[in-house]
Amino acid sequence: MVYLTRKLEFSASHLYHNPALSAEENRRVFGKCNNPHGHGHNYTLEVTIAGEPDPVTGMVLDLKELKEILDREITQRMDHRFLNYEVAELKNQIPTCENVARVIWNLLETKIPRGHLHRVRLYESADLFADCYRNGAKGAA
Amino acid sequence: MSETPHIALGRRYHFAASHRLHSAKLSEQENNRVFGKCNNPYGHGHNYVLEVLFSGAADPATGMIANLAELDAFVNERVIEPFDHRSLQDDVPIFRELVPTTENLCTEIFKRLKSFPAAKLEAVRIEETSNNSFVYEGN
Repeated sequence: MVYLTRKLEFSASHLYHNPALSAEENRRVFGKCNNPHGHGHNYTLEVTIAGEPDPVTGMVLDLKELKEILDREITQRMDHRFLNYEVAELKNQIPTCENVARVIWNLLETKIPRGHLHRVRLYESADLFADCYRNGAKGAA
Repeated sequence: MSETPHIALGRRYHFAASHRLHSAKLSEQENNRVFGKCNNPYGHGHNYVLEVLFSGAADPATGMIANLAELDAFVNERVIEPFDHRSLQDDVPIFRELVPTTENLCTEIFKRLKSFPAAKLEAVRIEETSNNSFVYEGN
């Protein structure tokens, strides 16, 4: 098995607010992420595909093809958007790094034409990221 | 669509510390041969990057596996405070016995962090320099 990882960046704004909690609780739980006007990040996404290289092309998956899938599914949907308001898949969810990573996993999982999606790692900043991987698969690979 | 994916949260922390690689079980000559310039009796330092990976279910109310403020406080108290700007073999008791290699640092930090109540510690990864990194997954 060979693992292929492609990286992409997008910039987006978000805010954390749960309407089921009081204003005071929202501030206590989410701190400055609760600012009603939102704030933004430069996200870095790493998408890892696992598979066997094709004997003819030597590729697990053609990078151009992967790039087009990522552009269509992720960049066009999320880049320069306000995640809470403009990304339908995140409606009624707090757009934490964990939840955005899971939405990205769900958007990509069935659209990989060769090999399979092994891991999605989403960096919200250099020091904070969320990993999504197939249940039962090893996390750190 | 397959079953729900597994989710983990990764967080990076930074600390600067000095260490000296030296084993009381080896002769002076052997220490020198095995550890090379890391055996310099005055020690030397690194800017360590600690990466921790925790898994768990995201709380439906907050969307979080772990509250970052709580995680930061936990890691700061157990690792950053006792390690940052310290000499590992002089200031951290376990490293008086154990050679403070980054492998041993990984296992010690794993021990210190595995009791975090809100999520399961999956891995500790330490970058000793930008070229050397070590991972311990608890087994």
